[in-house]
Amino acid sequence: MKPRHKRALIIVGALATLAIAAVLILNALNSNIALYVTPSEVTAGKAPKGQTFRIGGLVKDGSLKRDELVVHFIITDLVKEIPVSYKGILPDLFKEGKGAVVQGKLSPDGQFVASEVLAKHDENYMPPEAKHALEQAQKNGAK
Amino acid sequence: MEYSMIPEIGHFALILALGVSIIQGVLPLIGAQQGRREWLVLARPATQISFMLLAISFCVLAWSFYVNDFSVLYVAEHSNSQLPTVYRLGAVWGGHEGSLLLWIFLLTGWAFAVAQLSKTLDEFMVARVLGVLGLVATGLLLFVLATSNPFERLLPAAQDGRSLNPLLQDPGLVFHPPMLYMGYVGFSVAFAFAIASLLTGKLDAAWARWSRPWTTTAWIFLTLGIALGSWWAYYELGWGGWWFWDPVENASFMPWLIGTALLHSLAVTEKRGGFKNWTVLLAIIAFSMSLLGTFLVRSGVLTSVHAFATDPRRGIFILILLSLVVGSSLFLYALRAPRSTLGGAFSLMSRETLMLLGNVFLVVAAASVLLGTLYPLLIDALNLGKISVGPPYFNAVFVPIMVPVLFLLAIGPWASWKSTNLVALLKRLWLAAVIALVAAILIPRMMGEFTILTALGFLLSFWIIASGVLQIIRQFKVGKPTRSFIGMQLGHVGIAVFVIGVTMVGAYQEEKDVRMAPGDMVSVGGYQIRLVEVRPAQGPNYQATRGTFELGRHGTVEEFLYPEKRNYDSSTMPMTEAAINAGLTRDIYVSLGEPLEGNAWAVRVYYKPFVDWIWGGCLLMALGGFFAVMDKRYRLRLQK
Repeated sequence: MKPRHKRALIIVGALATLAIAAVLILNALNSNIALYVTPSEVTAGKAPKGQTFRIGGLVKDGSLKRDELVVHFIITDLVKEIPVSYKGILPDLFKEGKGAVVQGKLSPDGQFVASEVLAKHDENYMPPEAKHALEQAQKNGAK
Repeated sequence: MEYSMIPEIGHFALILALGVSIIQGVLPLIGAQQGRREWLVLARPATQISFMLLAISFCVLAWSFYVNDFSVLYVAEHSNSQLPTVYRLGAVWGGHEGSLLLWIFLLTGWAFAVAQLSKTLDEFMVARVLGVLGLVATGLLLFVLATSNPFERLLPAAQDGRSLNPLLQDPGLVFHPPMLYMGYVGFSVAFAFAIASLLTGKLDAAWARWSRPWTTTAWIFLTLGIALGSWWAYYELGWGGWWFWDPVENASFMPWLIGTALLHSLAVTEKRGGFKNWTVLLAIIAFSMSLLGTFLVRSGVLTSVHAFATDPRRGIFILILLSLVVGSSLFLYALRAPRSTLGGAFSLMSRETLMLLGNVFLVVAAASVLLGTLYPLLIDALNLGKISVGPPYFNAVFVPIMVPVLFLLAIGPWASWKSTNLVALLKRLWLAAVIALVAAILIPRMMGEFTILTALGFLLSFWIIASGVLQIIRQFKVGKPTRSFIGMQLGHVGIAVFVIGVTMVGAYQEEKDVRMAPGDMVSVGGYQIRLVEVRPAQGPNYQATRGTFELGRHGTVEEFLYPEKRNYDSSTMPMTEAAINAGLTRDIYVSLGEPLEGNAWAVRVYYKPFVDWIWGGCLLMALGGFFAVMDKRYRLRLQK
């Protein structure tokens, strides 16, 4: 093979690889993004339907109820409240009155069925999404 | 009340170190450029002095932790008089300021090692390498002194410290950050060699031979650091997983991927004089990734389990530093990169081509991880909303990119440089292919369900192992193998062992969250686990609720497991301490959730087949690196 052909082949091969990788990556990005939504937005019907998304906010004081392995609690931005149910063991840092982020889907009866509950390493730390939800709600309330 | 002056010594040493680093970073570089010997010879002593100053500073901080000097703000925030001594020392790098001090201390340590072990290297080169390291140290010292001084005073002193996060009171955390940082920072040496070579235009096999052992050593530390972090998350965080594609994990993984590509590219540059541009570029990217990792972790821009509240000024400072380093080195690269691209001629079927392909895939993999990590930040910065990119993205992208890498990895060592005969190659590899196929068909049937993905996992791992074993046998027939040969084989087999672990855990693990009262039994993976009792227990600085579980198989009790739920005295945060019964072929993992009605508990029970092979594989890779560094051709040079 002539060197010119060889170089051309290498370049074509590299471009093809990159193109395949790019398609894979963009495709995966599109189908695996979870949007953060605030409780007020969920109530306003702005949550993606039939899709997984995340809600950030505070766990309402006194709302935590256990029914064997299923836990029910309310996540709030201090304006609107969303009831959440989750089956399984909660992380150590999950507490009433503290920030939390839940990932899952909205069921037809308005209940959020969480597949994942996230709380953070540090007891003094507030998840930025929870903080964001509170600030948004405050801003809209003041208007 | 009197305060000890010792912390001031540490602070003062840091300021002096900044001055010395400026000298180290400026004069030798100018001296080398203008041929002034009297400036150029300053590089070594300046490096030695700045290392000693950083050592003093670091020891002072450790001392302040040791004697519980709560008049130092950082100590008061990250320690507590109740904390056991070993964790007080671990706490030195438990927070932002201390971990940055460790970063710089290690940086000067690497520079010191270069200064000591480069007696036979051309002094212009030494001056430039040490000069570049001095510039990097200058930037970071400025950062620490301006925004994150660990010696800041708290007057009047606190009565007691605010303690360390109880999660972090663990031997894993004592060793994980120093290992990881040794790796991160170690790439600065490869970076400095690359910049120095761009400055001189001297990019030859000797240069590659010099930077190779340094790069490999850094890579060993990084491998071990990542493995330790993964292991720590597995047994301490109580999540039971070994990798979460958390942004901070990604931050350490990207330099590893690039570093791995760099190792291989350096081999081509040393043996064949090829890929010079590419090697230099990889060295620049590897260190930039390390800096980016520091930025991501330390600026608090990430939504991550690691994201502690931080100061935005710090983020901006690191971002400026990062863009200066990346911008100036890429600029230099654009100006000075050698014109010859691929080095010695090679045919399409050759070891060079295989190495190049592997390299491209590794870089693409790193780029896809980078994209997934930064995408949420980008969307947020553009005010397009807040999103998260989860593990499904990374799995969907990363796994397909790695498949060809693993496939090539078994062929590469068989191929000859320059040109290789495809038929001869196939003749040698058919046996490995047969073994791999048999394993891919049989093992999934033995373990349970057969899926394409598990078959692929076993196919690739046995392909690599069989090919490695065949090659080792062949090598012994010819003569005694070199250490770098053994190192390469160990590293590759390590990858295969890792892939076996990942495949087994991914396909055959069992995870159960169940309600258990004393006397209840649950079975996973052929084992029976019975809850005997749950009762309070007392630790050195915590109260605990401790469960007793019987682990049985075929009706006989083999072992007892004691998971705990701890409440540390100095923290309101409860801590789940999982109990793990580890074994070569499986781990049994039990942790306590919350108490339920009727004396019962929510209990999490995991069966993790071959999970320890994941970290075992990493250890093998690191061991392989160690053998490669110990190769005679590097030692001969040292003895001269």
